[in-house]
Amino acid sequence: MILELRNVGKSYSTAEGPITVLKAIDLRLARGKSVALTGESGSGKSTLLHLAGGLDKPDTGSVRVNGRDIGQLDDSGRARYRRLEVGLVFQQFNLIPSITVAANISFHARLAERYDPNWEAELVEMLGVAHLLGRYPEQLSGGQQQRVAIGRTLAARPTLILADEPTGNLDEATGDSVLDLMLALSRRANLALLLATHSVRLANKLDEKVVLRGGMISQ
Amino acid sequence: MTAAAFNVLFSHWRYRPLQLVTLIMGVALATGLWSGVQAINAEARASYSRAASILEQADLSQLIARDGEGIPTSVYARLRRAGWQVSPVIEGNHRFGTTSVRLIGIDILTMPEEGRGFAVSGSPDLVAFASGQGQLLVSMNTAARLQGVTQIPLRISPDLPDDAAFLDIGMADRLLARNGVLSRLIVAPQNPGLPALESVAPELVFKSGGQANDVASLTDSFHLNLTAFGFLAFVVGLFIVYSATGLSFEQRRSTFRTLRSVGVSLQSLTLMLLAELLMLALLSGVLGVALGYVLASTLLPGVSATLRGLYGTSVPGSLSLRPEWWATGLGMAFFGTAVSASQSLLRLWQMPILASAQHRAWAMASNAATFIQAVGGAVLLGAAILLALLGHGLVAGFAVLGSLLIGAALLLPLALSTTTMIAQSLSRGAFTSWFWADTRQQLPGLSLALMALLLALSANIGVGTMVSSFRQTFLGWLDQRLAAELYVTARTEEEASRLRDWLPGRVRSVLPVWNSEGEVLGQQIQIFGVADDATYRDHWPILLGAPDLWDMLATKDAALINEQLWRGSDVGLGKMITLPGGWEARVVGVYSDYGNPKGQVIIGLGSLIAHYPATAKLRYGLRVEPERVDMLRRQLVDDFGLPDENIVDQASLKRQSRVVFEQTFAVTGALNLLTLAVAGFAMFSSMLTLSGQRLPQLAPLWAMGLRRRDLALLEVIRTVALWFATFLAAVPVGLLLAWVLLAIVNVEAFGWRLPMTVFPFDWLKLGAVALVAALLSVLVPVRRLATVNPADLLRVFANER
Repeated sequence: MILELRNVGKSYSTAEGPITVLKAIDLRLARGKSVALTGESGSGKSTLLHLAGGLDKPDTGSVRVNGRDIGQLDDSGRARYRRLEVGLVFQQFNLIPSITVAANISFHARLAERYDPNWEAELVEMLGVAHLLGRYPEQLSGGQQQRVAIGRTLAARPTLILADEPTGNLDEATGDSVLDLMLALSRRANLALLLATHSVRLANKLDEKVVLRGGMISQ
Repeated sequence: MTAAAFNVLFSHWRYRPLQLVTLIMGVALATGLWSGVQAINAEARASYSRAASILEQADLSQLIARDGEGIPTSVYARLRRAGWQVSPVIEGNHRFGTTSVRLIGIDILTMPEEGRGFAVSGSPDLVAFASGQGQLLVSMNTAARLQGVTQIPLRISPDLPDDAAFLDIGMADRLLARNGVLSRLIVAPQNPGLPALESVAPELVFKSGGQANDVASLTDSFHLNLTAFGFLAFVVGLFIVYSATGLSFEQRRSTFRTLRSVGVSLQSLTLMLLAELLMLALLSGVLGVALGYVLASTLLPGVSATLRGLYGTSVPGSLSLRPEWWATGLGMAFFGTAVSASQSLLRLWQMPILASAQHRAWAMASNAATFIQAVGGAVLLGAAILLALLGHGLVAGFAVLGSLLIGAALLLPLALSTTTMIAQSLSRGAFTSWFWADTRQQLPGLSLALMALLLALSANIGVGTMVSSFRQTFLGWLDQRLAAELYVTARTEEEASRLRDWLPGRVRSVLPVWNSEGEVLGQQIQIFGVADDATYRDHWPILLGAPDLWDMLATKDAALINEQLWRGSDVGLGKMITLPGGWEARVVGVYSDYGNPKGQVIIGLGSLIAHYPATAKLRYGLRVEPERVDMLRRQLVDDFGLPDENIVDQASLKRQSRVVFEQTFAVTGALNLLTLAVAGFAMFSSMLTLSGQRLPQLAPLWAMGLRRRDLALLEVIRTVALWFATFLAAVPVGLLLAWVLLAIVNVEAFGWRLPMTVFPFDWLKLGAVALVAALLSVLVPVRRLATVNPADLLRVFANER
């Protein structure tokens, strides 16, 4: 099992008092599988992804990735986890504006010391961004930027991909093609994919579907 | 609606108090340094004017000799007989012991009341002043110095400047040994129908009252220097304001859009922003002027010492509040704020109502803008070179300085951008490559602060090199100039005569220090006579001259002139110079005479006595073996009876000169440091501003596995790298600045040129100070980044941002 959440809970304190975002979440994700996480805005999808990505720590329960409880890791341990084991894809793409597309794609892989030019060339070819390599992110369309972001994630060869509304900023046709590509590539690399989306249509493309409601898994 | 809209606009500052502080501090610092310097200048100028008005009766018209010589009593009598209401003055410097005082001898009965310089309450005052023992009217300080060294009764007049005394003209004539030769005639308001001056006294010229006095003209260069420093600090301060206002406008773009969407017109919005800026400028301006007052009060004693050291002028060390510099200071605050905000206001005016509300604060410094800026910088550097080659005068010198500094500052962003691009192309790892690319991306946001840092560092290196070169030359020159081991001053001519008989056999040689004063080449200068002695041949700091100049000086009508006179006139080696009394001497040499603002001439001792027999013969330099100095000093006091205070040894004299030298540049040093502090603050405010915008750029890196402390460390490394690059750029700019100061400005301002010496150790010290300032400036933003709450980083990834 790549990802295993057991009894995970998370609250945030606000000016109006504490807000519970996730309650007693149990979720498992195996290698090569993809799970869609759906639910309304504020249902806790992003928070769950952040916990799985080691960006945040659960208040209760455990988040295990490859058998290790990442909630127990210190800041350096979680940084190492994010560098080596997980790939994050965001709605806002979050490319680095100061470097070229080519440098963006290889960046995470180089940080993780897993840079493989052949794999990168293959990815570039499959993503259809070969003609964009010398450009800067601001010179790309939204769809092109998201393809680059996916390339950056996959180039680092993570075991788990966490995607938070990766098509939320794209039109339907572009969103479909980006998702298809991401699914194809993650299956080809035998990765686990957890994807948060509002769209039931997109969610249906994945192996499993989990619905979050009021911070709990309802289905 | 206006009040509600204004509230919305102003609420920005409640959410960003630090930005508000930055803006207010920027204007206050800029205004403070500017108005502080202006306050010092105003105080000094008022003091010169007061002194001239009292001592030289500068407000009254006067008659002076056309040839610069004195006015015989017969001419005065001729004028009075012709009906001219004139009053005679005899003036000159006189030593009471070791205290030199400027004596102004007046005829109190004929002197117009506004020319007396002190109050006369009735006939007892008149009698005490004009008869019997006479009286010296002096300031409190001068009275304290003259206590015990003169028998003449002293009367204190609080309005009088220091180091000057009013006395009866008869007594002045005796003390100054003028034999009835008058210095000038004060002209009282005349009756109509008088014969023309040309027909009565063609040897005199009429000088109207209220003309600029000598001291004011002489010190113009010093005040211009201070003004230049004040302006530099003002410009550096404006960089902070520009950056803070630009950011506040950018951050409120969405607010502007919303306000306009709900019906606030562009005119109203602009007016509201103008009102906001006016309020902030007023608040900051008041703070700035108060800061300027504190600064001026702190620096004025140093300025006073500088003016005394450089020009021999006296300026009180206290400051009075003058409405004109309050007004100027507030005006500069408004002006500075308006200039700094004009670009942002223009953008607002041009912004379409539905323009994107995305922050693009630093995008304005795009590549194209950087390039245009660099072209402007190159043009200014070209102008500096042309001005240096072709320009003349002090203003041209300062124009060279200004063009050089601003040109270099404008070129800096392009230079740094190119450097980071090269560094990126040379770097192997993805991380280092990103680091350089990211650094380049930060440059537009930091360039103003870095330009300010460059200006401050260059000014420090330039002025530091100038002062250190001056110090080194000056100390070497002191060793040459103060060759005698002891300097003694007799109290009277009778005592001097006894001394001349007593000294032979007790010393190796006696070097008279005698001088006369008179007009040469239109300047009132001192003429010294020197003995034919090996001391001068071995030590005197000659710059140019024939090999046998000392022989010629001893035997012929020859003269040495100081560098100031040489550079300020067309008199060169071998040319004839007309000296007071109408006799001519051939110029056989030029010597350096640092610290003296005026021209000076040296002739042979024989010539001095022959042409100016009335010269006081009171002072002497004594050559004696160093180990015998103390013994001779004791003998002079115990055996000869000279007061100890009339004997100064070489070491004390040098020590005093060094103290005066260091005081002279204390103000410059303080202003330098303050400019650096302002630049440090500019850096701090920019780093703080940028740190608020960095999270979206850094959060993805954090998500990819970089720790917050790694990111913070990178910010430190980036700051140090940029500081180092700016420092490297500042060294050549600073050296060029030093060259301009030494080769152009000093020559124009003081009349002497100093050799330039570089002091790399001083740069290292400055570099260390700047590094500490840079590290301090990044401390708060870095600490904030290293401890940033992960929730803030996560917010970057939130889809509903």
